[in-house]
Formats: sequence, structure tokens, C-alpha cells
Amino acid sequence: MDNLLALLRKACHAALLTLAVVVLNFLLIRLAPGDPVETIAGSMGGITDELRAQLRSQYGLDQPLPVQLATYVKHVLHGDLGYSYFFNLPVSGLIAERVPATLLLVLASVAVAFVLGTALGVLASRKPHGPLSQAITVLSMTGHAAPVFWSGMMLVILFASVWPILPVSDMHSMTSDGQGLAAVLDVAWHMVLPTFTLSLVYLAQYSRLSRASMLEVLGSDYIRTARAKGLSEHHVLYHHALRNALLPVVTVLGLQFGNVVAGAILVETVFNWPGLGRLAFDSILRRDYPTVLGVLLFSAIVVVLMNQLTDALYRLIDPRIRA
Amino acid sequence: MSSPVSTAPAAAPVAAPAAVPHPARDAWRMFLRSRAALAGTLLLACIVAVALFGPMVYDADPFAIVAAPQTAPGDPDAWLGTDQLGRDVLAGLVYGGRASLAVGVVAAVLSALIGLTAGALAGYYGGGVDEALTRVMEFFQVLPALLFAMVLVTLFSPSLTTISLAIGITSWTATARLTRAEFMRLRDLDFVRAERAIGAGNARIIWRVILPNALPPLVVSGTMAIGSAILFEAGLSFLGLGDPNRMSWGLMIGSARPYLLTCWWAVVFPGLAIFASVLSISLIGDGLNDALNPKLRER
Repeated sequence: MDNLLALLRKACHAALLTLAVVVLNFLLIRLAPGDPVETIAGSMGGITDELRAQLRSQYGLDQPLPVQLATYVKHVLHGDLGYSYFFNLPVSGLIAERVPATLLLVLASVAVAFVLGTALGVLASRKPHGPLSQAITVLSMTGHAAPVFWSGMMLVILFASVWPILPVSDMHSMTSDGQGLAAVLDVAWHMVLPTFTLSLVYLAQYSRLSRASMLEVLGSDYIRTARAKGLSEHHVLYHHALRNALLPVVTVLGLQFGNVVAGAILVETVFNWPGLGRLAFDSILRRDYPTVLGVLLFSAIVVVLMNQLTDALYRLIDPRIRA
Repeated sequence: MSSPVSTAPAAAPVAAPAAVPHPARDAWRMFLRSRAALAGTLLLACIVAVALFGPMVYDADPFAIVAAPQTAPGDPDAWLGTDQLGRDVLAGLVYGGRASLAVGVVAAVLSALIGLTAGALAGYYGGGVDEALTRVMEFFQVLPALLFAMVLVTLFSPSLTTISLAIGITSWTATARLTRAEFMRLRDLDFVRAERAIGAGNARIIWRVILPNALPPLVVSGTMAIGSAILFEAGLSFLGLGDPNRMSWGLMIGSARPYLLTCWWAVVFPGLAIFASVLSISLIGDGLNDALNPKLRER
């Protein structure tokens, strides 16, 4: 019962946070210098005053700001994100079209970084000064220092001209018919480089973090007790130590989800990945504000949901934390 | 405390307690002992020197066309080659460093100031203040910083100032969280209570009593923040949202991207410059972390 109540409170909290994102972003964009109608006019190459007035009323820009805000919030609550100035299509449709590609990239990268990173960290913690530990230190330094778009481009050079075994652009082959197992494999094949690029930064960081936290946990009393009881090293490592050692990694993962989404924008640009990042980027340059607001809202929702998920994961790993 | 073995001649002056070095000097010695930190400092010093004095030695316009487009490195007119328009890559590197480093430092200072203030107030006062500031932090945490900064920069037209502001405004939450935790840990300790008992006001306790004690981890995170801000600026410029009138490393990479396979040098060299800058800052940050955190010294 208590758990349910806590869950409800959390959901409420998340909903309010998302609402704040909607309201504040709307105000930010409306209060900034520049008139959206002029932007549309510019993209159409100059228009008459009549058409200008018509556009103004069509997009509700002739209303006072509080009314515009109320209308926008009401529409958003009904799942209507408005019409794109540029495409003249519903923003929700534009976003829905791009979401799968971005989610696929982001989730795959996080999964790779988390699983591979902790695995490397655990292995390295067995020999704190061994070659793997040193490799991880170097990897985490270089992984952090190289701009993600640049390391992506270095991979493009490598796999486009030096060693052409992987596709360096787009999500599908020209020849793919988009159906069946072949299409899935085709996408997976195209995903390899973008996923690796995006996960590299976090892979490096998580391996370092899990190594450090594993070393700390392995020095604690309860591990000594477990060993004294005569448990196998395997059991001690994976059933006793790993659980606690994972906690800091999960915490960082939750905090960084927004950064991963942001990194996806850069990686999508490098690899021509047809995701939300490029829609965001293009819309920002075109000052297509309804789409920009939609993308901001959507990425905020993704981050909020992921935070809830990491919260749940945290609880699963550490049963001491309840409510 | 009587000391039966005290055989010091009475004539000797009472020496200052030299056995206890000043903590800052101690940390400095630790820092110097780390080879990685020294290497980082040296590397950064070189990069900063090139950015500061390079333009005086190597007088060139980074936007000027000096040779045929996509001239390969090794050409006498352009040692590191030219980009797709025929602009000198070396001039870009030398002049672009100023923008990249300046934005990095200004944005990091700004985000440290916002983060410190918010974190200190939230951690010290707790209650309603903490609640309100935590909500603000959550707002900034759920919006992907790069995306939000892209919007800010476009809305207020890109210049080095707006870019620094946008990076500072969107990336202060990590510092704030850290400061908040430190202040919460320290605010009820005895030395703070003692200060309060002798009548020190809140402002004095926050800035003069707690902050100096909370400083070591904040110095480290502030150092690292410069590196992150450099990467952030590079990302923005790469996407074409940098200041179009100022050469920067990110801008070079972004504008040469379509020619990546025929003109790799225009992408590789500026990327290496960013990499070296951020790496050197990370090495310094790591060194500071070891030097300022006595618990880590044994390792």
C-alpha cells in the first residue's frame, strides 16, 4: 500500500515536471526576439500582409500570450503538439516517424555501455594493477576527451576507405525491401558503428566506475565474511559483490540519460541516422517552433521515464531502498 | 604535557611547528608528484601558449583562402593542408583555439557560479529553499543540455557570449548537486555550530566557513567542467550553431564534414586539438583529485 502510494506520488511528480517543461519552453520561445510569422514569411520568400494576418490567426499568434499558452497546454494534454511551420504536418506525426530510430540507437548504446562497461570493470577489479586495469584507465581518459562526433568521423574514415566492412551511413541499404529477417539484420548491420560511437564515452566511464566501486566493495567486511564461509570466488563476486558495486553505476546512468540523448543528435548527424536528433537540428535552424517544442517535450518525457526506470532498477538491485 | 626526554638547549628559539605543512602546500606537492598531472599541465600550457601567442607569431586570417582547395599537408603554403575552400588548416588551429578555450573557461566559470550558489543555498537552508531549487535542477536535468543550448543559441543569435551563456545555463546541475551534498554534510558539524554560536551570520557561515571546507571536490569538478564546456562548444559549432564569424575547432570539423573522405586533414587535426585540450584538463583534474583527497593518497 505504501509502495503504491509512493509510486503514485512519483508519477504525479514526473507529470508536473513534464508540464513545467511544456510551459517554460513555450514561454521561452515566445518571449525570445523574433516573430514566428516573419520566419514563415522568410521561408516562403516574402508574402503579402493579408497572408501574414491569415497565418497569424491560423497559428493562433494573434491571441494574447496567456491565451496562447493555455491553448497550447490544453492541446498538448490531448496529445496534439500543433502543426509544423515547415512541413505543415502534425508535429506528433513527425516525431512518431523519427522516434524508433533514435530510441533504438540510444537504448542499444546504453545497453552496450552498461553491460560491457561493468563486465570490463569487474574483470579489471580482479587485478587492480593488471594490464586490463591500465587499459581501462587509458580508455576512460581518451573516451572522455574525444568529441563524440569526431570519434564517429574517425570510424567513418576507417570503415569507408581503409577497411570497408561496415556501412558508415543511413539506417537501411538501398537494396533492402524493408521486410522480414533480412531487414532486421540490415538495420542491425547499419547500427554497429553509430551504437559503438555513442556508447564509447559511457563505456569508458562505466568500466572505470564499476572497477573502482568493485574494488571498494571487495574490501568490505561482508565480503571477507562470505569468503570465510568458504563460498566460491565466483559466488562471492557475482552474488555478493556485484550487486552493491552496480549501485553507483546505475546512479550515474540515470543522471546521464539526457546527455546520451544529446549525444545521439551529434552521432545521428555523423552517420546520417534518420532520427529525432536531425529533426530537432533541422527544425531549430528553420525556426520551426512547434516542432522544436515537440522535440524538447518528447526528449524530456523520455528522460523522465528513464529516470523512473533507473529508480526501479535501483530498487531491484538494492532491496534496502523502499518508498 | 611534560617531556622527560626533552634535551633541546634552552637557547634555541621556539621553532614554528614546521612538521605540519599547510594543506594547500601539501596538496601541491602531491600534485607535482603525479606524472600524469604534470604531463597534463605541460600539455595544457603548450596549448594555451599557442592560442595566446600563436596569432602573434603566425600572422594569418583563418578565413582567408591561401591555396587550392583540399591541398594535402606538407605544402609550403599550408603545412597542415587546406580545407574544402582552400583555407589554411594551421591558421584555423592557431586562431580557433582562442574561441574554443575562451568559451570553455567562461562557460565553466559561469556554470560553477550558478551551481555553487544554487547548491550552497539548497544544502545550507534545506526545507523549502532546497525543495524549490531541487525542482529547478530537475527541470534542467530532464532537458538534454545540448538540445536546450541549441535552442537558446538560435533564439538569441550565436556569438561567443550567447554560446558561453547557453552552456553555463544548461550545465550547472552537476556542480549544484555536489555542492548541495557537501553543504548538507558540513552544515551541522561542530566547527560550523561553534561559528554560529559566536554570532556569525548565514552569509558568513556559507561563504567563509563552509565553502572553504567544501572546496576540494568542487575545484576538481570545476576543472573537469572546463573540459566538458570545450566539448560542448565543439558540438554546437560542429552542428553549425557556433559563432559564424569566429574560427573554432568545432566549426572547422563541422564545415569539412561533407569532405571527410577526400580532405581528412581538415577534420583530423582540429579534432586532435580538442582531444589534447580536454585530455590535458582531465589529467589535471585527476591529479587535483588525488592531491586534494587525502583518502586516495595511499592507493
